[in-house]
Amino acid sequence: MAVHELTAADKSAFKRELAEVVPHLRAFARGLCGRPDMADDLVQETMLKAWAAQDRFEPGTSMRAWTFVILRNAYLTDMRRNRFRGEYDETVAERVLVSAAAQEEPLHLDDMRRALMALPAERREALLLVGAGGFSYEEAAEICQCPVGTIKSRVGRARAALTAMLEEGQLPDSDGYRAEEAHAAILAELEQVSGSSGH
Amino acid sequence: MTLTMSNPNSPPSGGRKAPPPRPKRPEWTDGLRRLYDSVVDEPLPDSFQDLLDRLDKQN
Repeated sequence: MAVHELTAADKSAFKRELAEVVPHLRAFARGLCGRPDMADDLVQETMLKAWAAQDRFEPGTSMRAWTFVILRNAYLTDMRRNRFRGEYDETVAERVLVSAAAQEEPLHLDDMRRALMALPAERREALLLVGAGGFSYEEAAEICQCPVGTIKSRVGRARAALTAMLEEGQLPDSDGYRAEEAHAAILAELEQVSGSSGH
Repeated sequence: MTLTMSNPNSPPSGGRKAPPPRPKRPEWTDGLRRLYDSVVDEPLPDSFQDLLDRLDKQN
């Protein structure tokens, strides 16, 4: 779309719409990086970038989706600069396990938060967009700039991991693949045993 | 000796065969939404509106 001259009405509409999505930006940012102070920094950074790019926003399209792309890119850039490293660690998983086993009451948001932070970043992001933000798989794929199938797979894996943590009290695998590998190794071993024993 | 493993992905669950066919919707799905909404519903610090007003004034 061609960049057009913004009228005063366009500008005030942009400002209003941007203000409206700030609470959503905060929720998304906090889900991504886990720390309220850093999340709010990320939101301010996003607002500055969105403001600077406002002539590229197409009126009538989703301000929330548009700003989420900006926030996500800012987050990834910060991640590469190690700004958010070390925010979550092994002890997160242990705390999830303890709290899940110790209580009979309905789910605490703290447990939810811890379990979410124990997920690999890209699965957490996909689950946040679809499961919390209410975006369709297609919209989430556009925001993450990846195929729809990739989003579906990430959401599916994230859901399975959360169910294991929150309902079965299982420790998450650090990389999410280890359990499958371990299982495959066991199967291979069994096959060898059955093969060498003859018949 | 033959090992039969019909479904290697199913957890060892005490020999129960078919899981109940109800749609699986874990309890925590509401929790995820509540977590997000709890931040959306927080009172907004003034710094955000201040930033918008500053940006608005400068052009």
